[in-house]
Amino acid sequence: MSGNPAPLIDPAAAGLSPDTPSSLDKEGAATAPPSAIATVLHDPGAVIGLVIIAFYALVALFAPLIEPYSTVEATCGVFQPPSAAHWLGCDDGGIDMLSLVIRGSRISMLVGLSASLIAIGIGTVVGVAAGYFGGWVDMVLMRITDYLIVIPQMVLMIVVAAVWGPSLTHVVIVIGVLMWTSPARLIRAQVKGLRGRVFVRRAEALGASHVSIIRRHILPQLGPLLAANAVLAVTLAIFNETALAFLGLSDSTAITWGTILEHAFNRAAASAGAWWAVVPAGLAVGGIVMGCYMLGRAIEDSLNPRLRISYLSLRHWQMRTPPHRPEAAPRRGREA
Amino acid sequence: MGGALFGAAYLVKRIGFAVVTVAVATVLNFLLFRVLPGSAVTRISRVPNASAELKHALEVEFGLDQPLTIQFWRYLVQLAHGNLGVSYSNRLPVTDNLIEAFANTLPMVATGTVLAILIGSALGVVAAARRGGWFDHLSTNIAVLLYAFPTQFLGVMILIAFAGVLPSAGMADPFRMDDSLWGTVTDVGLHMIMPVATLTLTLFAENTLIVRSAMLETLGEDYILTARAKGVPRRRIIVSHALRNAMLPVITMTALSLSSIVSGSILVEVIFSWPGIGRMLYEAVLQRDYPMLQGGFLAITIAVTACNLIADLTYFRLDPRVTA
Repeated sequence: MSGNPAPLIDPAAAGLSPDTPSSLDKEGAATAPPSAIATVLHDPGAVIGLVIIAFYALVALFAPLIEPYSTVEATCGVFQPPSAAHWLGCDDGGIDMLSLVIRGSRISMLVGLSASLIAIGIGTVVGVAAGYFGGWVDMVLMRITDYLIVIPQMVLMIVVAAVWGPSLTHVVIVIGVLMWTSPARLIRAQVKGLRGRVFVRRAEALGASHVSIIRRHILPQLGPLLAANAVLAVTLAIFNETALAFLGLSDSTAITWGTILEHAFNRAAASAGAWWAVVPAGLAVGGIVMGCYMLGRAIEDSLNPRLRISYLSLRHWQMRTPPHRPEAAPRRGREA
Repeated sequence: MGGALFGAAYLVKRIGFAVVTVAVATVLNFLLFRVLPGSAVTRISRVPNASAELKHALEVEFGLDQPLTIQFWRYLVQLAHGNLGVSYSNRLPVTDNLIEAFANTLPMVATGTVLAILIGSALGVVAAARRGGWFDHLSTNIAVLLYAFPTQFLGVMILIAFAGVLPSAGMADPFRMDDSLWGTVTDVGLHMIMPVATLTLTLFAENTLIVRSAMLETLGEDYILTARAKGVPRRRIIVSHALRNAMLPVITMTALSLSSIVSGSILVEVIFSWPGIGRMLYEAVLQRDYPMLQGGFLAITIAVTACNLIADLTYFRLDPRVTA
C-alpha cells in the first residue's frame, strides 16, 4: 500500500538533510544517518497520511470497477435517502451518490495534483533563482511574489476563470499559476541558507557552473521541503477547485467533488433536507485533505527539529518535592 | 533617535508597498479584462449575427477602436474620478453598489474573524502549554478536521441542520414589523448567526494550529528555561513570557490569511445569500457583469492591502526591532 505513493517523496531519499538531529547524534559515523524518508515514517501521522493517500489513489485508479451504478443514468429516485441498495442515497438527478463520489475522485485528484505540480514548478524556479543568485534577481522576483501574495487569490481566480470561461483546464491553470508564491518564498529562504554553506562555496571555487551546482548540490537538498510543499499544495488546489466549481466556474458537466457540492446546493438539497447529497463529497474532500496535511506536516516537522524542544512540556522539568517537607513548594525558594 | 529614524523609514517602506500593490492590482485589472485572450471586451463586441456596423458601433462605444495605451489612460482617468462604470445588471454605478455591499459584508466578516482569532488563540495556547496531553490531541485533531473540510460543505451542513430554527437567507426579514433600532439589530443579529458560525468554524482551525506552533517555538527558547529556573510560576511564564512573543507571528499570519478570509466569506455569502461583496462578485460572474467584477476585484484588493498595512503597523508597534 504505502509503496504506491513513494515516488512522491522519492527526491527526499537523495537529500538527507544534514541538519536533522538524527545525523548529529552519537551513532554518527558508525551507522549511516537514517534517510529523510525513515525520519518521516517514524511519525505515525505520516504513515496514516500515506495510507489515506494510497487508498484514494487506488479508488481513483479503479473507479470504473468499484462504482456500483452508472454515473450518467438515473438508477433511483430524486434525492432518494440512503438505503441498502444505494448506500449514500441519490442526487437531484437520481444518480447513485456513492458512484458519483468514487468517479469524482479521479478528476478532483487530477486537478489537485496537476495544479500543485504547476505551482511547485514555478515556485521552485522562482525560489531557486532568487535565493541562489541574490542581488537584483532576488529583488525583482521577491517584489513580484510579495505583490501577488497580497492580492486576494480567490478573487483573482474568480475574475480570470470568469473572463476565460468555465473549463477544467482553465481551473487547473488558474489555480497553479496563482498558488506558487508561498512555496517560492520558502524555497528561496532554504536556498539562501544553502548558498552560504561550505560545500556550495567549495564547489563554486572548484569552478563548477551555476547550473551544475544547482542541479547537484542545491536541488537534492530541497527534496523534503519540495515534497512537503507539494503535498500541502495539493490540499489547497483541491480546496480551490471545489470553491471555483461551487461558484459555477468549473466545467459543470465534469464529475468532481466540487461540482457534486455545487449541484446539491443549486438544486436545493438544503431545503429538501438531503444531507446525503452533500456529506459524501464533503467527507471525500476532508479525507484526502487530512491525509495530505498529515503527511505534509510530518515532512515539515522533520525539517524543523526545534519544534521538538519545549521547556514547558509536561513530561520533563517536573521538580520533585523534597521527601521530608512535602508541603513546601521548592520552586518558590529563592537564594539570598 | 536612531530608533525613530528607522521607524520612519519602515513606515515609508510599508506605505510605499501598499501603494505599489494597489497600482499593480490596477494594471492587472486592466490587463485581465482587455488584453488576455478571450478577454471580456472582445466578447462584448462579438454579438451573434451582428452586422459590421453594429460591431463597429459597440467597439467605438467601449473605446475598443483606440490603441491600448489610450484605453489604459482613459481607464486611469475614470478611476481617478472614482468612476468604475455602470453595472450591467442593475444599471447603478458600480461604486455605489460596492459601497453598499461592503457595508453589509463588514459586520459579518469582522465578527467571524475576531471570533476565530479569539477561539483559535485560546485553544492554541492551552494546547501548546499542555503539549502531548489529551487536550492538545483533541483540540489539534478537531482543528485539523475542520481545516480539512471545504467552507461550502460546512456551510451547507449548518444550513441543513438549522434552517428551521434560524433565519437562513439574506440579512434581514423583509416582513419585519418592528422598525425600532433594537428590532433591527436583533433581526440582523439572528440572520448573522449561521454565516458567522460557518466563517468562524473554517477560520479558527488555522489560528489554533498557528498559535500552537508559535507557542511551541517560543517555549523552546532559552529565556523560558531561564524563567523556569528562576521559579517563575507556570501561568506567568505562559502568559507574559511566551504568549507575548508568540502573538507576533499571529498578527503576520492573520494578515497573510486575509486571502482565506476573503474566499471564505465569498462562499459563506453565496450560501446564506448575504447581500455583501462576495455575493455581488458571484452574481457578477453569473450575469457576466464585467464592470461589477472589475470594480469588485479592485475594491477587495484595496481593502486587503489596507488591512495588511494595518497589520504591519501593529506589528511594528509591538516589536520595534523590525526593519524589513
